[in-house]
Amino acid sequence: MIGTQQSRKNSLTSLILVAVMLAAVVVLDQVIKPTDSMSMLLKVLQKGSIYALAAVSMNLLNGFTGLFSLGHAGFMLIGAYTYAIFTIPSEARDVVYQYYDAAIRISFPEVLGNALGPVGTLVGVVLAVIAAGLAAAVIAWLIGLPVLRLKSDYLAIATLGFAEVVRAVFQWGKLGPVTNGSNPLKSFVRINAFQLKLGGTTISLTTFVPVLLATVCIAFIVLLVNSTYGRSFKAIRDDEVAAEAMGINLARHKMLSFCVSSFFAGVAGAGMAMVLGIAQASNFKSAMTYEILLMVVLGGIGSISGSCIGAMLFIAASEWWLRGLDSGVFLGINAPGIFRNGFRLVVFSVIIMIVVLFFRKGIMGDRELPDLLKKRPGKGAAGK
Amino acid sequence: MSTILKVENATMQFGGVVAVDNLNLEVNEGEIVALIGPNGAGKTTAFNVITGVYQPTNGAVYFQGERIVENHPQGKLKKLYKGEHAGEYTRVLAPTPDHITKLGMARTFQNIRLWKSQTVFDNVLIAMHCRTHANFLAASFRFNRKEEREQRDRVARLLETVGLYDVRNELATSLPYGKQRRLEIARALATDPRLLLLDEPAAGMNPQETQELTAFIGEIRDSFHMTVFLIEHHMDLVMDISDRIYVLDFGKLIAQGTPEEIQNNKRVIDAYLGVAEDA
Amino acid sequence: MDLMNTVLPYLLSGVSVGGQYALIAIGYTMVYGILRLINFAHGDVFMVAGLMMVYLSASMPLYLAAPLMVIFTVLLGFVIERVAYKPLRTAPRMSVMISAIGVSYLLQNLALYITGGLNKNYPAIPWISDQITVFGAPTKRVTLITPFLTVALVIVLVWLINHTKVGMAMRAVSRDFETAQLMGIRINNVISITFVIGSFLAAVGSMLYFSNYPGVVPTSGGMPGLKAFVAAVFGGIGSIPGAVVGAFIIGICENIIKGLDIILKSVGVLREPLELATFSDAFTFVLLIVILVFKPTGLFGEKTTDKV
Repeated sequence: MIGTQQSRKNSLTSLILVAVMLAAVVVLDQVIKPTDSMSMLLKVLQKGSIYALAAVSMNLLNGFTGLFSLGHAGFMLIGAYTYAIFTIPSEARDVVYQYYDAAIRISFPEVLGNALGPVGTLVGVVLAVIAAGLAAAVIAWLIGLPVLRLKSDYLAIATLGFAEVVRAVFQWGKLGPVTNGSNPLKSFVRINAFQLKLGGTTISLTTFVPVLLATVCIAFIVLLVNSTYGRSFKAIRDDEVAAEAMGINLARHKMLSFCVSSFFAGVAGAGMAMVLGIAQASNFKSAMTYEILLMVVLGGIGSISGSCIGAMLFIAASEWWLRGLDSGVFLGINAPGIFRNGFRLVVFSVIIMIVVLFFRKGIMGDRELPDLLKKRPGKGAAGK
Repeated sequence: MSTILKVENATMQFGGVVAVDNLNLEVNEGEIVALIGPNGAGKTTAFNVITGVYQPTNGAVYFQGERIVENHPQGKLKKLYKGEHAGEYTRVLAPTPDHITKLGMARTFQNIRLWKSQTVFDNVLIAMHCRTHANFLAASFRFNRKEEREQRDRVARLLETVGLYDVRNELATSLPYGKQRRLEIARALATDPRLLLLDEPAAGMNPQETQELTAFIGEIRDSFHMTVFLIEHHMDLVMDISDRIYVLDFGKLIAQGTPEEIQNNKRVIDAYLGVAEDA
Repeated sequence: MDLMNTVLPYLLSGVSVGGQYALIAIGYTMVYGILRLINFAHGDVFMVAGLMMVYLSASMPLYLAAPLMVIFTVLLGFVIERVAYKPLRTAPRMSVMISAIGVSYLLQNLALYITGGLNKNYPAIPWISDQITVFGAPTKRVTLITPFLTVALVIVLVWLINHTKVGMAMRAVSRDFETAQLMGIRINNVISITFVIGSFLAAVGSMLYFSNYPGVVPTSGGMPGLKAFVAAVFGGIGSIPGAVVGAFIIGICENIIKGLDIILKSVGVLREPLELATFSDAFTFVLLIVILVFKPTGLFGEKTTDKV
């Protein structure tokens, strides 16, 4: 059938493009030194790819299933801490947990590294990331049981509230032996640690790892969204009464979307910890959820490529391009009175408001990159 | 010919308002049965009780011989309940609509409820999801390629049968009204039902479209071996195609019988047929 | 009696902050009743009111700064509605909520930029901020004034809603938006008045709140705003008395939790502190989830069924 031939060709093209992109990232990792002016590019790629994963996982829930949830920061927090706890090397543990007696004393990379060498270390890190996702998914399941049947506005507030509860729990002194209370977790495996030793040369994989992590996860979400389950999610979003009448169990499917979305939020949290080198509950306030939501809106609700683009633009703008707005000189204009600390975020917020008010569909609307490249004249064209 | 659907003493009460009052009806396999009555008589409410959207205040529903829905007045309604057969039902069986659909009962809606962002093809394909055996991991990793291909083939065949194959890649909402109604019926058929409930399928159609729909429903009954239970206001369609008719007025069953019997029933004429219905 | 003395200061703070939450909660519940919109920016309007007072009082006497602040706050609420919500009235609900989040984000960043991230000290309003003792517990006079002022304002508001033409229009719009329009009610005016009233109450609330907790930071509106919304939901969204009752309950409970370690220790139940104070904020949300699961219409709310 022509359909499957075309889709196989599309898949191959996508695979090649992704491979090229990843190779480019590895090259950048070797070529750009930390002191270069372009080193910001690496930072943007590292942070941007993790936020892209966070945005895509939020889009899965909000954009594709129509469940307006504002609890993302909470799940990222759970993921970040889980990853950190299971990758702190034993010699650093008591220093990190200086006020408490650390309760969890196992580091996956360390244990597996001692047993299987460098491959073991890698597997250990992967296991820690998976654990991060699973922890978030389990909590999502628990919170979803009462909360998913609420109407959209109430679901938003309930999930927002839950994220605050999680933050309080993780900062609770009594849980200090596990979470380190209100002190941050440090010294766990960060992206600087990722290197490949071939013969005599060391290949730095600092930016490659978070980008690869995000790519793999987003690829899975793409597969899910284009599967029969993804179509059911969209049906629930468009008209859940009809979806239920056509045999789709709402509770089960909403829970599935919620748990998968939260799993990847947890993984994004682990990625965040990896990139920042620190896991601290106060970083995961509801402001983070709002920022990710705005990334999704910027890119287009219901477009995965849109969320990636939105996240990258958001991070690039707020951390790099608009930096000048905070330090006196921007685009050649010298105005230290206006261009001081915080102006960057103000300009940024205004841009976001303009997008929300005048470009509601965002950059991509509900289309994906392949649609643009095919120059699809809208979905109204006669099929082949 | 066995009874495929039986509604027993079903009462639906919203607070103090009795929308459906002690309804008893039966639909036999292979029949086309119509439920008619003036606006507000409780027909769609009856459908909603049968398909699990509402839990009846009292009574039971049987499908293919099995009791699938049962309820009795609880809480505040215990005091408010005005109907008969109180105390006869002790259990509570309240399946969700998706459960009832999977048992083999599918429905369409009075106000078309197609999935607006999806194409004609996908609207029908999604209705086959309830028959998917693969779990979400298998589906994501494409281990279910064979099942998916079979489903897509079935959708294509279904669309050809209803005459919508040419427009299969159009957005569902870009279709003209009559074709949208046909699409909704095709979608319901995709869930592989034994009994099809149609809620005002001819609403908003002109006489010619109504005639086409009448023929269409007859074809469905024959080629799919389907039983059809429909709500309708277009009397030409109803009288033309129904084997039997039930008449509701103010939630109560006031008459039942063949089209000839109903047309000559004084109570029905008084309540309903006296009004000239324009198509 | 000793227990009473230990609990009293927390009870007093609770009543005080509860009244302040109530004034914010009314704004939330009124807007939600009419527009079905959770005005995420409302808490930040409250914060901006506090900041305005700080800057205005630095350049003019308090008796001028206060009314000016109220006027500017009301203006801010009005402008936000016209610019950020009115254009999206026909858009899907998620879009308006996202717009509200966007406004909240903008207000906070604006405040961060203008204050330079520094903690701003709220001017001490004479007489309100005076220290007094109530039943032996030291507190500020604002603690005593707040509940009375809140109740008085609520009575005026409820009278307005039930006995004036404007109030009737507001009730009609919250019942059925489209039909109210068809009946000739000037929707834009009703909505603007709702935001004006809400912002006015937020301005008053900010004067009371920041007299109690004099540090104003850009995030000062976030938590109180959220809690005020929970109060509105708890009391039954759309019900003004409900929002007030909910707010007082939340204010009292959260303060008791802050002191729970000390209270339980003084009664002998606890020997070591359980550090429960961390949960004083979280408690509000646990309450929210509980009420949404068991009685989603809130304490005084009404039930509506959807037609299929």
